[in-house]
Amino acid sequence: METNIYSLLKWIPFVPLMGFIVNGLIGRKLPEKLAGIIGSSAIGISFIISILSFLKLINLPEGERLLNDRLYTWIASGNLNISISLHFDALSAVMALVVSGVSFLIHVYSIGYMAGDKGFSRYFAYLNLFVFFMLILVLADSLLIMFVGWEGVGLCSYLLIGFWYEDNEKASAGKKAFIVNRVGDAGFIIGLILLFYLLGNKGIFAFDFQSLSHHIPLIAGESFFGINALFLIGLLLFLGATGKSAQFPLYVWLPDAMAGPTPVSALIHAATMVTAGVYMLTRMYFLYELVPSALSVVLAVGCFTAVLGATIGLLQTDIKKVLAYSTISQIGYMFMAVGAGAFAAGVFHLMTHAFFKAVLFLGAGSVIHGLHGEQDMRKMGGLRADMKWTFLVMGLAWLAISGIPPFAGFFSKDMILESVFAGGNKIIWFAGLITAAMTAYYISRLIVLTFFGEKRGHSAHESPAVMTIPLGILAVLCIAGGFIDIPHFLEKWEGSHHEISKGTEDLLIGLSVFAGIAGITFAFFIQKSGRAERVKETLSSVYTVILNKFYVDEIYDYLFVRTPRWFSDKICFRFFDAGIIDGGIVNGSARIVYNIGSILRRLQSGNAQSYALIFVAGVVMIIYFVLKRFI
Amino acid sequence: MLTQVPLFLSFVLFGIGVIGFLLRRNIIILLMFIELMLNAANLAFVSLSKTIGDMSGQVYVMFIFAIAAAEAGVGLAIAILIYRQLKTTDVDKINNLRG
Repeated sequence: METNIYSLLKWIPFVPLMGFIVNGLIGRKLPEKLAGIIGSSAIGISFIISILSFLKLINLPEGERLLNDRLYTWIASGNLNISISLHFDALSAVMALVVSGVSFLIHVYSIGYMAGDKGFSRYFAYLNLFVFFMLILVLADSLLIMFVGWEGVGLCSYLLIGFWYEDNEKASAGKKAFIVNRVGDAGFIIGLILLFYLLGNKGIFAFDFQSLSHHIPLIAGESFFGINALFLIGLLLFLGATGKSAQFPLYVWLPDAMAGPTPVSALIHAATMVTAGVYMLTRMYFLYELVPSALSVVLAVGCFTAVLGATIGLLQTDIKKVLAYSTISQIGYMFMAVGAGAFAAGVFHLMTHAFFKAVLFLGAGSVIHGLHGEQDMRKMGGLRADMKWTFLVMGLAWLAISGIPPFAGFFSKDMILESVFAGGNKIIWFAGLITAAMTAYYISRLIVLTFFGEKRGHSAHESPAVMTIPLGILAVLCIAGGFIDIPHFLEKWEGSHHEISKGTEDLLIGLSVFAGIAGITFAFFIQKSGRAERVKETLSSVYTVILNKFYVDEIYDYLFVRTPRWFSDKICFRFFDAGIIDGGIVNGSARIVYNIGSILRRLQSGNAQSYALIFVAGVVMIIYFVLKRFI
Repeated sequence: MLTQVPLFLSFVLFGIGVIGFLLRRNIIILLMFIELMLNAANLAFVSLSKTIGDMSGQVYVMFIFAIAAAEAGVGLAIAILIYRQLKTTDVDKINNLRG
């Protein structure tokens, strides 16, 4: 295929990298404002270049829409030749625009939110580094380079969750995220190795996405230890995606990741990084289209996570935890779309979710900022009057996530449900519908507890303009985002399309809107005048289980922390190391020598006559043996 | 004169020396039995020297006398010191070097 070299492309990730270098090296000496402006403008420039590249891309004739930029050869060994090159097609374009655009707004917001923090320049350095790696991930031309970005964003996520590292709990939340991600990344890298191994056996050493999509059918029939190789690769890559995108069973790090600064939660743990898994699966759609069984796993896991996240989100009291579980649930939605083969719908929801979830998080950040660090929703309430702007933008995002037309969430969510329904999975579709209702409920609950009712805590102050203006822009995107025809733009990723009749389609739309409205109404109904308390009492056992997040953390703690620790302590340390190595081999050899010595020492009685007796006996024997020869 | 007679006497004397050394307990007596064994050896030297007709055997006897005198001197000195330290001459009780 013909490629179009576009050398401006490399500056999309490299301007943020420069921002990182400047802020990382001399940021501490710069005044706070300047460090923030450097950090934000680096992302702003990157966003402008993304727009330029995008304009260049859509001016190309359809079917040739691909820009390339080759930097240098990374690995050259025999037939293997991997170059660092960037790849800008429709999918990358959408992702790059979302990432750099949302990042820019969040950077600007952060100038206000992080004002006065002693790690201000460090914060912007990390955030710039994150955007660099995220853009590398998005623009990567091959799986290997994507993996570099993948690991890089994981690192930045760790650094930013544990940003206030002096707090032990926050530092360990960072470690938890890093370690849980390691499990997924192990899956990713094993999948990569397996893929490259099988392709290498066929004599193919080109791993950029274009040649992969050509050559993947070659290994379609291969099996590995009796399992269909492509299925296995698909599952391993998906394991990587579950780690990064916080899907069951590896979602446990995301709620804890809320320990980081709120803009970080908005940028990394809602809008961009956690959706990397969806992006990666979409990027590899040519592989997944060959193995429908792997897609079924994705569908099931996505659906389960969507329901699980929404259920736990129902009862959380920490404003950020609600949003964290909501994120888990919404990404589950995206995986449902991917699992149904509607990759474009997944990316569409990724984009709209990036907008409205960023608003929700930043709005929550504004509330927390206004209340001087209070995160417990039970101590909020009645903030409507104090924080008009925040209330307005969060209201828009609330309607968007609840799936009320014509806000952004409605279009993407409806499209996902429709493609799941069309794919023939009625149960999954129904679970998705229930999740939609639950989503509407818990977000409404959040809004009600925070902005309506009486004041239960202190009064708040509205955040400065540097925070509210980015919120306003994102809120506009919450409205407008749904009208951007992403699915058409991403035609290639649309997947097999099942036709459903116009009547059914209208019915589905009606049902999903109804689910949203039902959720909202129910929330307003139940949060009034102690009805929630009564429900709590009637369903107390269910309530406890959900409140404790189904005890998943406890189960994991038991299975993966305590058991290995017990094993390491009792078996590896006490039995093997202390017992066999130290006790048996090290002390054992000494004890053998000691015991032999304690037997032999009895010979040295100290009695000279007994020595003489032995001596005489010896002499007699020598004489006997000498004389024997003569006799 | 038959060579066997002094040799036999030497053998008997040596035997008495060994047995006495092994059986008695007094350290002074033990030194005396050591002298007995040395002199049994001297007797053997002398008689064999006479039989073979080589005088060097008798020269050795002179050496042995000198050494025996020195040995007795050192031995008695040790015996006295041991007695001063341990207030005993019984070798069964002198076992400070037991392992």
